[in-house]
Amino acid sequence: MNYYETVFIATPVLSDTQLKELVGKFQGVITENGGQIINEEDWGLKKLAYPIQKKTTGFYFFIEFSAPDGKIIETLETQYRRDERVIRFLTMKQDKYAQEYAVKRRNKNAKKEE
Amino acid sequence: MANNNSEIRYLNPVSVDVKKKKYCRFKKSGIKYVDYKDGEFLKKFLNEQGKILPRRLTGTSQKFQKKVSQAVKRARHLAILPFVTDLMK
Repeated sequence: MNYYETVFIATPVLSDTQLKELVGKFQGVITENGGQIINEEDWGLKKLAYPIQKKTTGFYFFIEFSAPDGKIIETLETQYRRDERVIRFLTMKQDKYAQEYAVKRRNKNAKKEE
Repeated sequence: MANNNSEIRYLNPVSVDVKKKKYCRFKKSGIKYVDYKDGEFLKKFLNEQGKILPRRLTGTSQKFQKKVSQAVKRARHLAILPFVTDLMK
C-alpha cells in the first residue's frame, strides 16, 4: 500500500459550485481507480509567489490518499493535464518519514480545529 | 628598530571572528522530513533573492541539504516560494 499526497491549484475565476465540482471530480478519479482518500484540505484562495497564466491568486487543494500501486498516478495526472481549470499540480509519494510527518500534521490540524 | 613595528596601535582590538562550531540543525532537533508545504520554515534557508543558502553558511549536513533543496524546488513549483525576488524577508 503506497501513500501519496497531491496538491493542485485551480484558477481563481471559478465560482464555488464549479470548485466543489472540480474537487469532487478528482476525488472520484482517485476512488474509482482503487485509491482511498485519507485526508483532504482546502487552503482556499492564496496569493501566488509569481503569476501563473497571468493570474496572481489561486485556489489550493491538498489530498492525501493511499493506493495499491502507482497506476493510479498516471490516470490522475492525465486528468489534471486535460482539465484546463487546474493551472498547476504536484503529486508525491510519501516515504517513511513523510508518512510520520503527515500523521503528526493531521493530528495537529485536528487539535487546532477543536 | 624593534619598537617601531609596535608603533601601529589599533584603536580597538582586532576582532578575530571566533570560529563558531556549525551544527546541523536537523540532526540536533531530530527533524526527519522537510515539508515543502510550509514556506515559513523553508524561508530560513533562502537569502534575500530567494536563492538556496549553501551548506557552508547554514552548516547543514549533506543528507538534509538535499532534502531542503528538493523541498524548496517543489515549493517553487507550487508558487509557495518565488524563484527569484528582491528583499523577500
